[in-house]
Order: sequence, then C-alpha cells, then structure tokens
Amino acid sequence: MTTRRHGKVAVALAAALALGISGCSSGSSSDGSTPAANGTQDAVDAALQQGGEITYWTWTPQAEEQVAAFQQEHPNVKVKLENVGTGNDHYTKLQNVIKAGSGAPDVAQVEYKAMPQFALTDALVDLNQYGFGAFEKDYTASTWASSKVGDGLYGLPQDSGPMALFYNKKVFDQYGITVPKTWDEYLAAARKLHAADPTKYLAADNGDSGFTTSMIWQAGGRPFNTEGKSVSINLADPGVKKWTAVWNQMLSEKLLAQIPPWNEEWYRALGNGTIASAPTGAWWPGVLASSVAEGAGQWAVAPMPTYDGQPVTAESGGSAQSVLKQSKNPALGAAFVRWLNNSRSSIKIFLDTGGFPATTADLGSAEFRDKPSEYFAGQQINQVLTAAADQVAKGWTYLPYQLYADSIYNDTVGKAYLAGTDINSGLMDWQKALVDYGNQQGFSVKAG
Amino acid sequence: MVATFLRPRRSVLLTGVMSLYLLYTLIPLLWLVINASKTREALFSTPGLWFGDQFALFANIAETLSYNDGIFLRWVGNTVLYVVLGAGGATLLATAAGYGLAKFRFTGRRAVFAVVLGAIAIPPSALAVPTFLMFTELGLTNTPWAVIIPSLIHPFGLYLIWVYAVDGIPDDLLESARIDGAGEIRIFRTVALRLLAPGIATVALFTTVATWNNYFLPLIMLSDQKLFPLTVGLSQWSAQAQGVNARPIYDLVITGSLLMIIPLIAAFLLLQRFWQSGLAAGSVKQ
Repeated sequence: MTTRRHGKVAVALAAALALGISGCSSGSSSDGSTPAANGTQDAVDAALQQGGEITYWTWTPQAEEQVAAFQQEHPNVKVKLENVGTGNDHYTKLQNVIKAGSGAPDVAQVEYKAMPQFALTDALVDLNQYGFGAFEKDYTASTWASSKVGDGLYGLPQDSGPMALFYNKKVFDQYGITVPKTWDEYLAAARKLHAADPTKYLAADNGDSGFTTSMIWQAGGRPFNTEGKSVSINLADPGVKKWTAVWNQMLSEKLLAQIPPWNEEWYRALGNGTIASAPTGAWWPGVLASSVAEGAGQWAVAPMPTYDGQPVTAESGGSAQSVLKQSKNPALGAAFVRWLNNSRSSIKIFLDTGGFPATTADLGSAEFRDKPSEYFAGQQINQVLTAAADQVAKGWTYLPYQLYADSIYNDTVGKAYLAGTDINSGLMDWQKALVDYGNQQGFSVKAG
Repeated sequence: MVATFLRPRRSVLLTGVMSLYLLYTLIPLLWLVINASKTREALFSTPGLWFGDQFALFANIAETLSYNDGIFLRWVGNTVLYVVLGAGGATLLATAAGYGLAKFRFTGRRAVFAVVLGAIAIPPSALAVPTFLMFTELGLTNTPWAVIIPSLIHPFGLYLIWVYAVDGIPDDLLESARIDGAGEIRIFRTVALRLLAPGIATVALFTTVATWNNYFLPLIMLSDQKLFPLTVGLSQWSAQAQGVNARPIYDLVITGSLLMIIPLIAAFLLLQRFWQSGLAAGSVKQ
C-alpha cells in the first residue's frame, strides 16, 4: 500500500512541476505603437465639467492629500484611491487586470522603467490625443523622454531622480577624505576609508538592477534599444565596461558593504556611518530626513563623480501617472493626471512632503533652489540637485520587459556579486536570459 | 544495536541537531518579541537581539492598532472572516468528501482519488493567476468571495480524512447502523463525525493555518485595502520602506507580525493533541 501510494504521489508531483511553472508570466503580443492624432484639451475640460468617478492606483504617500485637494476643487468628481502594493506588487496586479480585460483603474502610477512595457502592450492611453504634448516645456528633458515611447506620450511626469553623491560628512572629515570628483578618486577614497576602519564602507551595493542600469546610463552605456518589435541588447558596450572597470575593483577588493537596500540593517547603517556615501537619486533627502534620524546633521551632497571630470549624471527612479485604455472615462482620467502633475496646488503638496519635482518651473525657482536643508546642516542641497537635473545624459531607454529583467537580475548579475567575481560575466548571463525571454515573448531580440 | 523499542538510546548527535533546530526556530521569535518593544529610532540604532533603552511595546501596539485610521483591526476582522468561512467550509467539505470516498464504492472513485492526489502536488500559487482570470469573468475579483471560494478547496485535508476514515470507522459499525434503520445523512452526522473528530480537528488546524497565512491569492485578487487580510496588509506596510517615497514603519510591521502570530500559536497549543494523533493516523495498520 505504502509504496504504491508513494508512486502515485511521485507521478502527480512530476506532472505538477511540468504544469506549474507557467503561472506568473505576463505579456501580450499586440503592438500598441500606433500614434494617436494630436488633439486638444477640450474633451478633457468637458469631462471635468461633467464630473464622474475614477479609480487611481498609486503607492505615493502624497496621494491621499492630493486626492482630497482635487475633490475639493472639483466636487463633481470622485476619485477612488487604491494602494494595491509597492513596486512589483502594483505591477503584478496591473498586468493581471490588463490581461483579464477588466478591473483596471482609470489612472495608475507607472515608474519610468516600466513605461515601455505597459505602453507597448497597448495598455495605456496616448495623451497626445488630448493635446498634452503642449506640456513638454513644463518638464525636464529626461522625465519627458521617459514618459514617451516612440512618438506616443503615455503619462505626465510626477517626480525625478537625477543622481548625485550623498556622503556622510562627519565620516569623511574624521578620516580625512576629500569629496571625490571622479570615479578613480571614489575608488581611492573607498580604499582609504576601509583601510582606516574596516567596519566602514564608502558604498553599499549587493547587486541592485536599478542601481546597475543607472550607473551604466551615467557612464554612457546604452545597452537596450527598441525599434517596434525588434530589440537589441548589448551589456558589453563601452559605457558598461567603463562602469564595471571601477565597480569590479570595488567588489573584488570587498569595498562594498553587502547590505541589501531598504531593510532595517540598511537604515541603521546609514545612520551610524557604516555606509559613508551613496550615489543615488535626488529624492534621497526625503528618505533620510523621514527615516534616518540618527544621521541628521551628518550628511551632505555633491555632484556625481564622473569618468573624465565633465559633469554628467543619470536618473534613478521616478514615476509618471498614466491613463489606462480600459478606462470608461479616459478624458476624466486625463483631467486628473493633468491636475495631479501640472497644477500648482498638487505640486505644492508633493513638494511639501519631500518629493523631488520633474517640473522646470519648480526646479528653476529661487525659492526651491536656495532653500537650506535642516537635515543637511543648512546646506542648500537643491542647488546641487537641480543642477544635476540639467546634466542627465540623453538617449537612455529601458527594455520593453524591464520588470522581468529586474526580477531575474539576482539570478544572473547577483551571482557575480555573491561570489565576488567579474560583474561583466554576470551581465553576459543576464543578457543571454533577456535575449531568450524576449524572443519567447514575441520580440525579435538580438545581442549586441 | 543495544537500544530496544521500549528503551530508545539517547543519541548525542540527534539531541545536538534537535537543539540547533530549536534555536533556529526560536531565535526569529525572540527577535520578533524583542524588536516589537523598540521605538522606531531604536530599531535602527540598537543591536537586533537586545532591547532598546525604552520599552515601547504597548505604545507600538497602540500605534499599530490606530495607524491609518485603524486599518489593522479591519485586516484582523477580514482575516477572521476568511478563516471562519474559508477554513471552516474547507474542513466541512474535506470531511464529507473524504468520508464519502472512503466508505462508498461508486464509478469514478479512483479517478476522483487520482485528481485529489494530483491536486495536493500542485502549489496553490501556480493556480492563482488562472483562478484570477476565471474570477474576473465571473466579476468576483476584489470581493471577499474571491478569497473565500478558492480557500474552500483543500485536497490534502480531504486526503487526510480519507486515510483516517478508512481505518477509523469500521464498516461493520456503519452496517449495523444501516440495519437499525438510520439514513446515510444521519449516520454521517451521529456516527462518522464523532469518530472522525481528531481527524477533523487536524484538518481544521491545517486549513486555518493555510487560510490565515494565505498571501498570494488575496494579493492577486484584491485591490481594495479595506478587504486585505493581515498578510497582504502587513506586506504592504513593509513595502512602504522601499524606493523613491520610502516611509519605513518597520516598528509597526514587527508589532503587527507579533500580534498576528499569537492566535496561531494559541490554536496550535489548543489543538496540538489532535494534530499529533491525526498525523499518526494511517501510519500503523491495526
């Protein structure tokens, strides 16, 4: 009896393994890149007059206050605010309702890295049809470019993350480290600090796809190129090599703290000087001020180190808000997006809660730029950060399946980090997996 | 081998391995209790396995229960609802079906049995997306039913009851009940249910734990925060610590996790003896 039962279980198990893997794949094969005719904002104004109800999916902490303010200004519109999860949870749900054909919100937050993915699966409304192309001058070049896929405009930018070097001034002063201007100086500073105090690291990085892509972006690498359905991936271009040349040394000499970002240990390490600097997005002061109380007065910001001394930086993070094709009232959705990311009252709420804007009017205003930061011991940090917003390198695009790419990063590049081996070989594994996956998903993908 | 069945030899190696396992199990719990007593600042500034300066457990509990208009209590209520209807219904169905399969001969019985065994081997998360698409067709997503209905199916519970009923309910007993004129429903209610009680308690425990800890299904099915169970809600709180708009509330996540496991620990302590006897059921042929 017993053996027979085991036999049956084994057979059933094998069947389940063969069946069970396909659970979470996404992807639709329809091509959504047909550009909509440029329209006017009349339809949007009319929809706003008429009123109605829309649903908005986001995890931004400002949303609640913004929705309340919007409803006060437009009492005939009801916005149902739903936080369905942060990052991947949000996207998983969005993909599911898109695949199911119903249940999607009217408006959703979409990070720049996810924009091509949702635009190319025909999930988002091209806002050119409402004449939103006219807003181009209101936003930084990089966030505007990130909200477009081809000629289509699939969202209005909410925030931006031009990168700068945040550093713990107290630790730098204590060990006589000058603020590095180039990546070679950064490497030298990392060696000096770790040699002087082995418990301290100049940077923490245990392998993070967002950080890797941003660093490649800054170094001039353009590994992902999409033209309709054909994609080329080259994770060994000269820009990539420039970054890995420095970072491989950081990794092999064990100069990177192996602390995963955002966990409790990471927050602690930012407060006590274990992590002495971070090249990251301009939204970082908000994170520090709200959650790393211990570091108050210790942190400062400087421009991103570069490879040749010429100022250049990249974006890290940031989102736009998009209208979904499933929406029964896309004009009203567009009206909400326009208010959310292009009205004084909404952007003021966003800035007051520590957000970093994508709007040129705010980045250019003396009031914003010269405001001293209490957390940063009075430094006028926005002078550095707004300058960075103008120095973002052009021409970067993400993969049309970037979310999948990020999800397998740990199985490929992450392994190189774990073993302390060559990041380049990890990147090659990543590239191979991405080429295979893209071809399975109906793209025509070639390496190089 | 000097050791006998009645006097098992004490193995240093096994005791050592078990002690290690005990530590491995208890340390995370200890971490949870210690860190639930810290303030948010102390959480990030003091060592993980020792207390902070302030004992803030009660303040943390108060904040957990009131944060975001007391949404945590709402999640507790949802979880209880899903457990009572989902796990309760699953136990009832598993009991009736397991008993039926064990004690009645009918065409297709072997096929049903094969399907049930196969279903045990399929991880529920693999079925979550297809289930989601089906529920969208029915218009049931983002409702409590989307969590309750799939929870009603618990193949392993059915299997357990089946094994238990084969040996636990003598055929002769059912035969004599029938001769005495009892109907099948009455036999099930008055004879079978009583004899199956330990098995039912075991299944109830399993389904309760499964529903209480159910994460992926409600994550996929629900988008309204007010319908979340504790698992999804707490993970959403935890995810608040990530990315551009990071606002970590790890103190509340940790306190909430501690509060969340207390009912499960209580259920285990109360139902432990049933559980043990249930696990042993079917392993020995009398």
